[in-house]
Amino acid sequence: MTGLIDHELHETPLVERHRALGAKLIEFGGWLMPLQYSGILDEHRAVRERAGLFDLSHMGELFVEGPEAGRALAAALVTDPRALAVGRAHYSMLGAPDGGILDDLIVYRLAEERFLVVANAANSRIVSDALAERLAGSRAVLDDRSLAMALIAVQGRRSVSILGPLTDVDLAGLKYYAIAEGKVAGIPALVARTGYTGEDGFEIFVESGRSDELWAALIESGQGQGMLPCGLGARDTLRLEAGMPLYGNELDPGTNPFEAGLGRVVKLDKGLDFVGRAALEKVAREGPAKRLVGLIVRERGIARSGYAVSNGDRQTGHVTSGTQSPTLGVPIAMAYVAPEDAEPGTILAVEIRGQKVAAEVVPLPFYRRPRES
Amino acid sequence: MVPTDLRYTKDHEWVRVEDDVATVGITSYAADQLGDIVFVELPSQGSSVEQFATFGVVESVKAVSDLYAPLGGEVIEANTELSSKPELVNSDPYGAGWMLRIRVGDAGQLGELLQPDAYDELTATS
Repeated sequence: MTGLIDHELHETPLVERHRALGAKLIEFGGWLMPLQYSGILDEHRAVRERAGLFDLSHMGELFVEGPEAGRALAAALVTDPRALAVGRAHYSMLGAPDGGILDDLIVYRLAEERFLVVANAANSRIVSDALAERLAGSRAVLDDRSLAMALIAVQGRRSVSILGPLTDVDLAGLKYYAIAEGKVAGIPALVARTGYTGEDGFEIFVESGRSDELWAALIESGQGQGMLPCGLGARDTLRLEAGMPLYGNELDPGTNPFEAGLGRVVKLDKGLDFVGRAALEKVAREGPAKRLVGLIVRERGIARSGYAVSNGDRQTGHVTSGTQSPTLGVPIAMAYVAPEDAEPGTILAVEIRGQKVAAEVVPLPFYRRPRES
Repeated sequence: MVPTDLRYTKDHEWVRVEDDVATVGITSYAADQLGDIVFVELPSQGSSVEQFATFGVVESVKAVSDLYAPLGGEVIEANTELSSKPELVNSDPYGAGWMLRIRVGDAGQLGELLQPDAYDELTATS
């Protein structure tokens, strides 16, 4: 039967660019996106050592504006966006009434009464619907521009020298988790010093129709700088080394922020009721039922998502993400375990194809970028 | 396209038979599909493998894939170099990236494998 579509697959506006670069494309969060170009390891190393260019057009961009925008967002999210100075951003989450995580977000304050909420692709509809519902009755309007905006990120230590020549935004003055309006390659853009790689870098929001121009300008500026186009594969290994959670792996509706080690993000003292507050106060009081930890596998084998984790004969949890760390050269993983097994130095076992393989609990992140001198 | 002196499985392993010894690996197509290979788990010398049964695992950065034996027999050698250099499977899948040498039990099993042109056809349409 024609005309009945189960779900819509969106294509990044840059899909032809990716095809021309020989990218492997995959469906991710309802979007056709590049998984890799030259290879995940190559791209991963380019970002750690030089720079990488990412198409993140699948991410959701939701603008909230109005005299009560800050207050309405404070009631809708676990953070307090009213506390943000104009031009600054913070990490946030959309909570369910039971304290579970519906999505993790970045909230940018663009003006006194204007905010940008960036959501994961797979959840952007959920976030959009929830915000529409939670903002109702407030003097704040929601404008979901997810399909109309593209997002391109330049990440890595050379990102300043790649983006700098193209923009009128003062990059030296743009702090980590700050955002500024300006032009990049002549295109009106929002430039944020944020990312998901553990490196310095920028995320650039533009209208979808201008994304092709922006991509071409950045590629050209990255020539001679060793910058590579990077896919979602490298983005995943980079964020895992940096100890950053991925929604769907570490975060889901059955997990609360305290369990995910993100209790500091939840502002219980913001002086106003918000969705999930009562449940989260209880968790803060009583302690989480499980804890997210970093693991380094000490024997042969790679821990993968879903593998069981035990302490002796006692099952204690499961792996949420795992790979061979390209930077450290050892198998790393994140896992939920019982709180009593979460202490760094604890030796646990990951069950890999029926074999118990020793893994040590280590503090997150696995990788921290060297401080610039 | 693929080497013509080899036989193939539909699961993308190749085998080269010389006398009663079969050398086994994965095809260039498989290595490309997997991406950067970071871990290879192979059976020990002296163990036996059955035709089309799993004999080991290959892991790329992103995924885990089973390896299937093109022929049954006794493992006379596993490529131990792959434990420290799994990337050889990507860089030289038909050469230094070989995985197993098997003493073939039943040479008749060769007839159940794909000829090079049939394997080419399989990967062209998938």
